[in-house]
Amino acid sequence: MNPAARLLEVSSHGTVELKIPGRAEWVAVARLAVAAVASRLRFSVDEIEDIKLAIAEACTNSIQSAGGQDAGVIEIVCDALEDELRVTVRDRSPGHHLESVKAGGIGEGRTEELGVFLIRALMDSVDYSTDPRRGTELVMTKRVTA
Amino acid sequence: MDIKVNVRESEGDAYVVDLTGEIDVYTSPKVKDAITELIDQEHYNLVINLEKVRYIDSTGLGVLIGGLKRVREHGGSVNLVCTNPQIKKIFDITGLVKIFGIFDDEQSAMKALV
Repeated sequence: MNPAARLLEVSSHGTVELKIPGRAEWVAVARLAVAAVASRLRFSVDEIEDIKLAIAEACTNSIQSAGGQDAGVIEIVCDALEDELRVTVRDRSPGHHLESVKAGGIGEGRTEELGVFLIRALMDSVDYSTDPRRGTELVMTKRVTA
Repeated sequence: MDIKVNVRESEGDAYVVDLTGEIDVYTSPKVKDAITELIDQEHYNLVINLEKVRYIDSTGLGVLIGGLKRVREHGGSVNLVCTNPQIKKIFDITGLVKIFGIFDDEQSAMKALV
């Protein structure tokens, strides 16, 4: 596949889909793209920074789940709704680093858990599902408060 | 996107690590290498200046935590200089404000070293 990040679609419903190579150097592209989508809603600058960090942590988690190697393709879907932004991050990993999303805790010194902790702290809702064949899907929502 | 790392000797045995740019999963190994090299050279009192850092994620925090753990084993310390409200917020919500000394300027961070 083309290794470059591909902006696939900007639909009339405010849905933006992005696929990036699952490597560290592409995470910045994901967070900047999602920040651009978030700026279409009435988020404050601080809230957009929160969203950027949460999405970057989700992508980083995908890469760490692949042992820091190439995680294949990471799919990011942004649904810009009237009063909230819903971001879905999908990868082919087993998602074991996401256990603490459901457990709600943070482990000492494990940066992947620190990342999940940050996602939970910065977004209004976080959920994930895993499937051995389809991989892991992390869904994060941030509501507009202004 | 990149990170610039500048290491310089300061008062006594202390060293200052000036960071400029963004610290994430791609750039944090460069920061880790600089801190590891200082510790391997037995420099255990460090000030890490984040004033010109625009962004930090969990991998960047992990590098700082790892450095702090290593210097503490030798009775040393890591103090941070940070004025960016967004970055201070990250230290706050993760509880890392309790384990790092975080200061508004380098002089204060240097004075507070063990």
